[in-house]
Formats: sequence, structure tokens, C-alpha cells
Amino acid sequence: MSMIEIRNIHKSFDGTEVLKGIDLSVNKGDVVAILGPSGSGKTTLLRCINFLERADSGEMVFDGERFNLNAIRRREIARIRRKTAFVFQNYNLFLNKTVLENVTLGLTAVRKLPKAEAKARAMDALVRVGMADKVNSYPAQLSGGQQQRVAIARGLASEPEIIYFDEPTSALDPELIGEVLSVMRKLAEEGMTMLVVTHEMEFARSVSSKVLFMEGGRVIESAPTAAFFSNPQQARSREFIRSILQSRQG
Amino acid sequence: MSERLWDILVSSFPRLLGYGLKVTLPLTALSFALALVISVIVAMIQYAKVPVLRQLCRFYIWIIRGTPLLVQLFLVFYGLPQLGVVWAAFPTAVVVFGFNEGAYMAESVRGALESVSRGQMEAGYCVGMNYFQIMWHVVLPQAFRTAFPALSNSLISMMKGTSLAATITVMEMFRQAQVINGRVYESLALYSETALIYLMFSTVLTYLQRWGEKRLGQYGAVK
Ligand SMILES: Nc1ncnc2c1ncn2[C@@H]1O[C@H](COP(=O)(O)OP(=O)(O)OP(=O)(O)O)[C@@H](O)[C@H]1O
Ligand SMILES: [Mg+2]
Repeated sequence: MSMIEIRNIHKSFDGTEVLKGIDLSVNKGDVVAILGPSGSGKTTLLRCINFLERADSGEMVFDGERFNLNAIRRREIARIRRKTAFVFQNYNLFLNKTVLENVTLGLTAVRKLPKAEAKARAMDALVRVGMADKVNSYPAQLSGGQQQRVAIARGLASEPEIIYFDEPTSALDPELIGEVLSVMRKLAEEGMTMLVVTHEMEFARSVSSKVLFMEGGRVIESAPTAAFFSNPQQARSREFIRSILQSRQG
Repeated sequence: MSERLWDILVSSFPRLLGYGLKVTLPLTALSFALALVISVIVAMIQYAKVPVLRQLCRFYIWIIRGTPLLVQLFLVFYGLPQLGVVWAAFPTAVVVFGFNEGAYMAESVRGALESVSRGQMEAGYCVGMNYFQIMWHVVLPQAFRTAFPALSNSLISMMKGTSLAATITVMEMFRQAQVINGRVYESLALYSETALIYLMFSTVLTYLQRWGEKRLGQYGAVK
């Protein structure tokens, strides 16, 4: 049974339809890569799934519970969010909090963990992303790659069932991309369920188990990763893969 | 300088300073505390775009900013008693100063709130916090830091502005200077001395502001 299933999600901004009926399903332990050209609606899809935007219509089944994405209640949103984590393209660490506080805040304020326990869990998470030596730094004192690893730790600390990533390396200088991708690779190997919007083809190819290729607000192709890259079924997918590989070499 | 004048200055200094410390500064502190509470509430209502209340806040700011402080003081102290609302002078001053400066400070705080990136709010939601938790732990502290210089300016201008309370019979430092002057007729010397004490106070406040900015600046975040 899938952990998350999205059915027929629609979303418009000012009369322009950005998501035109997307279906998606993620099983426990899956790493699903969402690929597609700029403007195809990938970010909007993730934001609707985590309720940062309200979808116009669509359905979500999360852990067997069914929700109407347009009419979902605040209480239900809060319940689902406790089981998910979101990693933003531009990190969005809390600027007035130290690294440690960034990770503990959700644990103490939301989950009401005692300080000591929150700290222990935060340290665990920070060790996993290799940021345990920077606990007292503020985000402004860190590189982009370090900030993004802290953001991942912040997500991990709440022990989510799934982590959503929206182009986690797109804002990074090239030399910093590797450290973030290797953390994500490790998480995938440990069995973390992840939904990753990315332009990193090599990462998608080697880490993801499934690919969803989007264009113009629709899913053009959805396939196991190996099949998608070795034998894409749709002309648009083939073109996309070719153009990405060319731009990489060129 | 004549000996008489020197004696007047020396003997009035501790008196004036005493009224400054015991009336002007407490009046400033209470009014500022009230203004701070009002400004944060008014700013948050506008930031959250709460219907109706939001229009009410705009109306409040419009009225306050569009009329002179002195007229507001007179209206409340001399005008409202005709409607049966009689307040003592000191509380009247606190309320009028608080509501007056609160309107200006609300604009500073609102601007500061709006300068906090939306991503901070979204990240807060994603770690499971609710609106008020995010405001409290993340958005307000950052906004406070941004608004701090403007709020400090408000505090200093309010401290000087409390001298207007003299016009509604509050016996604060400036009114005390007037009283002494009524006996000795040395306006130039006495009011210079009074000005000097205000200058001392605002210098200390400016120093505190700098210290505060340095402390708040340590997370080197929002520029
Ligand atoms: N808040 C918004 N208001 C209006 N239009 C929006 C909004 N958010 C996104 N859009 C539009 O929706 C479309 C899809 O945007 P989205 O950000 O989801 O694309 P994307 O696939 O993530 O692109 P990229 O690869 O550049 O990040 C774009 O045309 C964008 O301009
Ligand atoms: Mg995007």
C-alpha cells in the first residue's frame, strides 16, 4: 500500500492552470525524483502537497487516511505535517536561531519534548548531516551547503515518514552541491522515503527509485528510474534527457 | 556670571534632576510600554490582514498622525470631562502619549514584520508550528531587531515630548522649571539648564540604543 497517494490535483494562479490533474504515489522507502523543465509546476506540486498552497481540487491518501486537498482542515494539516518534513531551495533556516535551536524548535514548541531530549535528538540529526561542530553558529555564519544540511537535520529531527525536497541544491555554488547530495544519498540508503524535485540528473539516476517527469502542469511520464533513463517512452522525456545531458557536456 | 545666578543654577539643578528622574523618566517608561504594546498589536493585525480590525487600525493611525499631540492632550484632559470622563493628569498623559507614539511605532513594526521573508513563516509551518508560535519564536524577534533603531528614536522623542505634559498640569521636569522661574525670573539660565538635563537623558538613551543594537546584532542575520 502506498504511503502517500495524490489523485487528480489541480491548481490555478490568477486563472492560469499550473497543475492540470496530477497523480502521484509514493511507497514507503521510495525515492521519487520529480523532473521537468522550468515552470512545469514542480514546486507548486510540492507546495500543494504540504499545504503551503491550497489546491483547487484533488485528493490525498496519507497513511490510509483520505483527504480532500481543497477542503482539508487546519487540524488535519497539522497532523499530516507532523509526519513530513520540507527542505526548501533557499534553506529558510530561522535566521534568529542558532543551528541547534533551528533543529530543536519544532521539538520543543510543537512536540513539547523536554529540552534535554530535544537537544539529544537534534544532536543526533546534526551528526547525521555532519554539522555537529557548528551548533552555536547562526545561519548567516554558514555556507549555503552547511545551511542546507542544517535544514535537512531540522527535518530529520522530527522523525518524519517522508521528506520533500524542492531543488535542494539549486541555490548552491557548484562546489557545495556534493556535500548536500551525499547527505541525501545516505538518507536514501538508510531507507528514508523522499520526494525530490531536482535538476541533478546524475543524482536522480543513481539514487531515485522512481521518476516523475512533468511538463506544462501534467505528468508526461512516470516510470522506475532505470527504465526512464534507459528507455524513455515519451518523445518529450527523451528530448528532456538529451537536452540536460547536452547542457552538462556543453 | 553673578553669584546670585550661580546659586540659582546650583540649587535648582538637583530639584530639576529629581523631577526628571522621578516623573519625566517614569512617565516616559510607562507611556513607551503602552505604546509598544499598542504598536505590536496594531502592526500584527495589519500584518495578518484581519478584516474589520484592520480598518479600525488604519483609522486609529489616521486620526493620531493627522492631529497635533498638544491638541490630543487638551482634548482628553480638558474636553472629555464635559462628557463626564475625568482622569487625573498623570494617567491622562500616559494614555495620550502611549496612543500617540503607538501609532507611529505601529508603522515601524509593521514595516519590520513585512520585511521578514515569507520563507521564515513557511519553514515554521513545515516544522509543525502554528501561526502564533511562528510569530513568537521567529517573526517577531526578527522584526524587533529591524524595528529597533526606529523604536529607539520613538523612545527618545517621547522622552522629550513628555514636557508637553506640563500643559495639562503634570508636575514634571519642565513644569518644575517653570515654577522655579516664576520665583526668580531667570528664563535663559533655567531653561538652558533644563535643556541640558534633557540632553543628558537622551544621551544616555542613545548610548543604550547603541548597546542594544550591538547585542541584537550578534546573529548577523537580517541586514
Ligand atoms: N504564487 C504564484 N502566483 C502566480 N503564479 C505562480 C505562483 N507560483 C507559481 N506560479 C506560476 O506557476 C508556474 C509553475 O511554477 P513552479 O514554480 O511550480 O514551476 P517549477 O517547475 O518549480 O519551475 P522551476 O524549475 O523554475 O523551479 C509558473 O508559470 C509560475 O510562474
Ligand atoms: Mg521550482
